[in-house]
Amino acid sequence: MSLTRRGVVTLAATALLLAGCGSSGEETPAPGGSAAAQEKVTVEWWHIQNIEPMQPVWEAMAKEYMAANPNVTINITALENEAFKAKMTTVAQSGESPDIYQTWGGGVLQQQADAGIAKDITADIASWADTITPAAAAAYKLNGKTYGVPYDIGMVGFWYNKALFAKAGITAPPATWTEFIDDVKKLQAAGITPLSLAGKAKWPGHYYWAYLAMRIAGLDALKQAAAAKSFDNPDFIAAGQKLKELADLKPFQNGFLGANYDTPDGQAATMGNGKAAMELMGQWAPTVQKDTAKDLGEDLAFFPFPMVEGGKGSATDAFGGGGGFAVGADAPPAATDFLKFILSAENHRKEIATGALLPVIKGTEDAVTSRTGKMVADTLAQATDFQLYLDQAYPPAVGQQVNDSVAELIAGTKSPEEVVKAITETAQSE
Amino acid sequence: MTIVLFILPALVLFMLLVLAPIALAAYSSFFKWNGFGLFPTNFIGLDNFTRLLEDEVFLGDLWRGLLLIIFSLVIQLPLALAIALLLNQKMRGRAFYRLLFFMPYVLSEVITAVLFTMILSPERGLANELLAFVGLESLESTFLSEPSTVMYSLMIVMTWKYFGFHMILYLAGRQSIPNELTEAAQIDGATPWRVFWHVTLPLLGPTIRITIFLSVIGTIQLFDLVYVLTGGGPVHASETMGVTMYEFGFKRFQVGYASAISVVMFLLSLVFAIGYQRFVMRRDTEGAITNMRAKR
Repeated sequence: MSLTRRGVVTLAATALLLAGCGSSGEETPAPGGSAAAQEKVTVEWWHIQNIEPMQPVWEAMAKEYMAANPNVTINITALENEAFKAKMTTVAQSGESPDIYQTWGGGVLQQQADAGIAKDITADIASWADTITPAAAAAYKLNGKTYGVPYDIGMVGFWYNKALFAKAGITAPPATWTEFIDDVKKLQAAGITPLSLAGKAKWPGHYYWAYLAMRIAGLDALKQAAAAKSFDNPDFIAAGQKLKELADLKPFQNGFLGANYDTPDGQAATMGNGKAAMELMGQWAPTVQKDTAKDLGEDLAFFPFPMVEGGKGSATDAFGGGGGFAVGADAPPAATDFLKFILSAENHRKEIATGALLPVIKGTEDAVTSRTGKMVADTLAQATDFQLYLDQAYPPAVGQQVNDSVAELIAGTKSPEEVVKAITETAQSE
Repeated sequence: MTIVLFILPALVLFMLLVLAPIALAAYSSFFKWNGFGLFPTNFIGLDNFTRLLEDEVFLGDLWRGLLLIIFSLVIQLPLALAIALLLNQKMRGRAFYRLLFFMPYVLSEVITAVLFTMILSPERGLANELLAFVGLESLESTFLSEPSTVMYSLMIVMTWKYFGFHMILYLAGRQSIPNELTEAAQIDGATPWRVFWHVTLPLLGPTIRITIFLSVIGTIQLFDLVYVLTGGGPVHASETMGVTMYEFGFKRFQVGYASAISVVMFLLSLVFAIGYQRFVMRRDTEGAITNMRAKR
């Protein structure tokens, strides 16, 4: 009994001590009298530009902003792409979110908006919304409301090695699917691996199916399919058949099913090392080739995905995406103000000058200096319509099913019909 | 009263960090839930579980899990035992070899997996280079990149990673066997093989039973090594329940369905653990308990 009483006394003493510590820690003396107007705010900023060249550029901009606005503290968390997605999932499920965070728009952003994690910023950015190019802003506008702003835009297309094309006797990049298949055969005849593909990562494979679906069925069909939750359309099966026709030629590098995208033996490195003639990839491809292997220099060029004879889609329809920022539901007004700051024409030019991003702000197009960046920007400028990556445009489960099923199609374990069926079933279960 | 006070902090932590998540996972496995918001609302009964039974990837996970368990029991554990017995002999550099064989177990799963993706890389990997160097080009393979070879490659990596752990357990078990027993058998004229079969092996029984237990539970829950090594691919050929659960929970945002997978994993482990302890390890644990009673 005596022990218990002593225990209680000790506990009480400890509690008092802890309480004392707590209250003394909270007293922060407010500098000056204008405490209300200059209320201290902290902006949590999560982005995925965790490497050179962008990481230091944004860090410098944050410092500049904090110097101009001493009451604002910006906490930067720069994460690698996959690490960001995993971390974001965890915090989102707890109902919280950073004040500014990476987004690609589309179905994932929609889900975050529905869950009340992403903020409707239509009114907050109204004063400068029209400085953003419409094609870049589209992915972040959902049901007439804006949930994010872009900082980068680009498109997917074939990056090819001109020296290897010349070696195989190909003089001009293919404009049609038939020519493309012929070129693949010519490259193989010359002993060159035609295509580099990261089978393990899955998302690079979905580009093929998505582009073929766009060319054969057309962009509207893809949008309708998502809305009606049915991909049961002969055109989508035809897209799968074309891809199967390509995969049956075994055009990919040895062991592509286990290859990652940006590892030292991955898709980008195979391309950068000149071990394959083409890769279907987005605007960042030259940077990653340089990082994981070497810069192909003048030998690297870009051509848009070829048209398919008899298809309903236009050869100038572009597929891709960029990157943007969403704002957390409880973010202070400083968050959108900071976005306005980093996307001012002056600062956006600095970002573009790194060569890592392409312009989303009107009138900054001339800031693109890299040769490969210009190739993408020029093709994008002529685009008649734009489709966001399917694994971002659709709800996550459907997007991942597209990636999964297309990977199985390329590996030869699923038929084009089974792909369409699996995607439809997942869409209907959502 | 005092006991309650002392147990309380640990009990609260245990409830909060172990029991509550289990209960929450079990609860959300009856819902269709994308993970947003604090609690799920769309109750769908047993639908997630019936869907599991039709999911060919999940059924494949069960089959692959069984394969890995059989492999562990038939190859990995006997190998660990053989090496442990070899390293129990008097020989030069014995301590060095013990350390060497135990080292892979100390490495984290992720580092092991990254290491082996490099070694087994089809174009630039060490494995293929070595095979070519010794003139065995015919054995060159794409290892992790081919659905037909990926499971064997995974088994090799698993063995490399875990056999050292079982080896140490066997070594410890072997050293607790009194030398008098083996000596007595030798004086009676038993061959080394008979000494092993009739003296060493039976006395190692408790150790062997616990390694089997650890091996099976570890294989049911295998995730990180596979996820980094192959991501479950190519085309699901090396996927485990843990990987499937991650895919649905964190990539497809179908948290209810992923919870159902985790519940099945938990139940499989639980049923095995209880059954195994009840029927196989009964004598081992009973011994411990009677000892304690005797001491009292």
